[in-house]
Amino acid sequence: MSGVPLAWYLILSAVLFSLGIAGFLFRKSVITIFMSIELMLNAVNLSFVAFSYQLKQVNGHIFTFFVMVVAAAEAAVGLAIILTVFKNRSTLNVDEMNSMKD
Amino acid sequence: MQQLWLIPALPFAGFLINGIFGRRFSKAAVNAIAIGSVLLSFVWALEAVLSLGDAPIFEHYFDWIVAGGFRVGCDFTVDRLTAVMLLVVTGVGSLIHIYSIGYMAHEGGYYRFFAYLNLFMFFMLTLVLAANYLLLFVGWEGVGLCSYLLIGFWFHKKSATNAGNKAFIVNRIGDFGFSLAMLMIVVQFGSLDFATVFPAAAGKPESVLTSIAMLLLVGACGKSAQFPLYVWLPDAMEGPTPVSALIHAATMVTAGVYMVARSFPIYLHAPTALTWVAYIGLFTAVFAATIGLAQNDIKKVFAYSTVSQLGYMFLGVGSGAFSSGIYHLMTHAFFKALLFLGAGSVIHALSGEQDMRLMGGLRKKIPVTFWTLMFAAIAISGIPPFAGFFSKDAILLAAYHRAPWMYWIGTITAGMTAFYVFRAMFLTFFGEYRGHEHPHESPPAMTVPLAALALLSLVGGFIRIPAWLESFFPAAAEAPEEFSLVAISVAAGVIGIFAAYVMYVAKPALADSVASRAGAFYRLVYNKYFVDEIYDAVVVKPVVDISRVVLWRGVDAGLIDGAVNGIGTQSQGIGGLLKLLQSGNIRSYATWVVFGSVILVVALSLIGATR
Repeated sequence: MSGVPLAWYLILSAVLFSLGIAGFLFRKSVITIFMSIELMLNAVNLSFVAFSYQLKQVNGHIFTFFVMVVAAAEAAVGLAIILTVFKNRSTLNVDEMNSMKD
Repeated sequence: MQQLWLIPALPFAGFLINGIFGRRFSKAAVNAIAIGSVLLSFVWALEAVLSLGDAPIFEHYFDWIVAGGFRVGCDFTVDRLTAVMLLVVTGVGSLIHIYSIGYMAHEGGYYRFFAYLNLFMFFMLTLVLAANYLLLFVGWEGVGLCSYLLIGFWFHKKSATNAGNKAFIVNRIGDFGFSLAMLMIVVQFGSLDFATVFPAAAGKPESVLTSIAMLLLVGACGKSAQFPLYVWLPDAMEGPTPVSALIHAATMVTAGVYMVARSFPIYLHAPTALTWVAYIGLFTAVFAATIGLAQNDIKKVFAYSTVSQLGYMFLGVGSGAFSSGIYHLMTHAFFKALLFLGAGSVIHALSGEQDMRLMGGLRKKIPVTFWTLMFAAIAISGIPPFAGFFSKDAILLAAYHRAPWMYWIGTITAGMTAFYVFRAMFLTFFGEYRGHEHPHESPPAMTVPLAALALLSLVGGFIRIPAWLESFFPAAAEAPEEFSLVAISVAAGVIGIFAAYVMYVAKPALADSVASRAGAFYRLVYNKYFVDEIYDAVVVKPVVDISRVVLWRGVDAGLIDGAVNGIGTQSQGIGGLLKLLQSGNIRSYATWVVFGSVILVVALSLIGATR
């Protein structure tokens, strides 16, 4: 039975991760930046699961749970911060959040 | 135990009490404490001397420095040499303290003066009683300090404070030589105690002993105002006259002579150094005598006379006749202190006038001062049977024994001595009064010490010091008495007196005509051979300039301030660079996060690959 080669999973994971970084660096809206962060985390999850299937070990699965928990917590806190910032500035443009600049 | 420590401790107690509480005391209380302490010290010293047998008295109080095998104790000793010095210092010192009651009666800072005088007595007595070089040096430095304090007593006068500084600094140069000598002694002998060093001196190589002796001589030149370190003594006349009498005539300046005499075992085994002592002494005697010929300030005449007479003491010691040098030290203390105190009496009578050109005809107005000063003048001119005759002749005979040309120069100097002293006497007491003050005789507090010193100047020569010290300086060969030499030196003194009489009493115009005929020489001598100006240009100005330009601006402001400020500036620079990271721009923070994580991953993978 021919399965999907491991390399294809890894390439997919790498591409997703790069897209996540690109979005993180180049997008204006804060929410889009957060979505890109989630994308990066999921790309890494994919990589973990692929390896755990390949090596017939359960470590990768377990670690994925950890990553998801962290992602969820981070999303919760991050969205709370975004809400507060939006209430104060009425904008989601990341370039306009520069009051620490002298 | 003789309790020798009381001898210096009593004046020290006087210093403490008068110094701390004197401001609130009445004049009588200050007097009682100051003079009482010195008189008690004199009595105690007398008692110690009278109980002196054949062996010296030695008292050890405590160990001061203990470092490995090197020990210096706080030790006092009294032997025959110390006995002479002790009695001179405390005796003449007491008389001068009593005199000061009258002289300083109208001055401010009365208690401070007596406190400083007592402090001086403490240090001088420590110097004389010390049984090792280090304790002697403590006294040595201490009298230098007191000299500075007392010369600059009227500290609101710039000239006085300058003179005090000059005295201290020039002394310091000599002290440097003394310190080097002490270090050499420690290296060579392993100890500074007289009882250890002197017996071992015979066994050391002559070159070593010559170096030590020459360095000690440098120290002695500084303290005893010999050429080239004499320049502080004439300026020291800025101080009150009792100070000039006590410190710069009778006691402090004799410390150098005492130290050389005390170190005689070293000098006897280093004949080159001993010859230098004689040469320097002789040169200084002549040099200072010529300067004294032309001075117009009465105290300056006597100051140069002191330098000259100290030269005689060095000549005596340097000719190997140590006891004659000490003999002259004692008689000089009598008549020089008297000369200064008498000059002070004249100055007091004229309410502060010191220029002899504004004096004259005072012998009827202040007769006691006149007669006592006359005794001193005759004594210093070496006329028998006054004191100066015996001691000066002892020195001149020893000099002849060493080298006849030294005797002849010494005799000519004796003639000059008589001349300038009697010039001062005639200008002050004879002729017509040329000033504007109302001269009055001094109070008994001043005239009684004058009378006492006059008596000592008359009979002091009969205190046969050379015989007393014969057992102390065993290796010294005393010169035989030769009547013709003695007669010639006395004749020189008489000629000097006669010449002064002719020039200043009989034919007063002669003095001015001689001065104008001698023209250049007169100007040279009147300006003290421009030695102060030479020192100023050659030594003082370069040192001050180097200090200002190199050390202050160059090193201190440039190097050290630059280094410290430079560190501050560098910190600011680095901080400025790091500040660029915190731009307040979220996107740049994001970029830095990505950048940093990439580097981290690459680094970890490389480390993992090498493992």
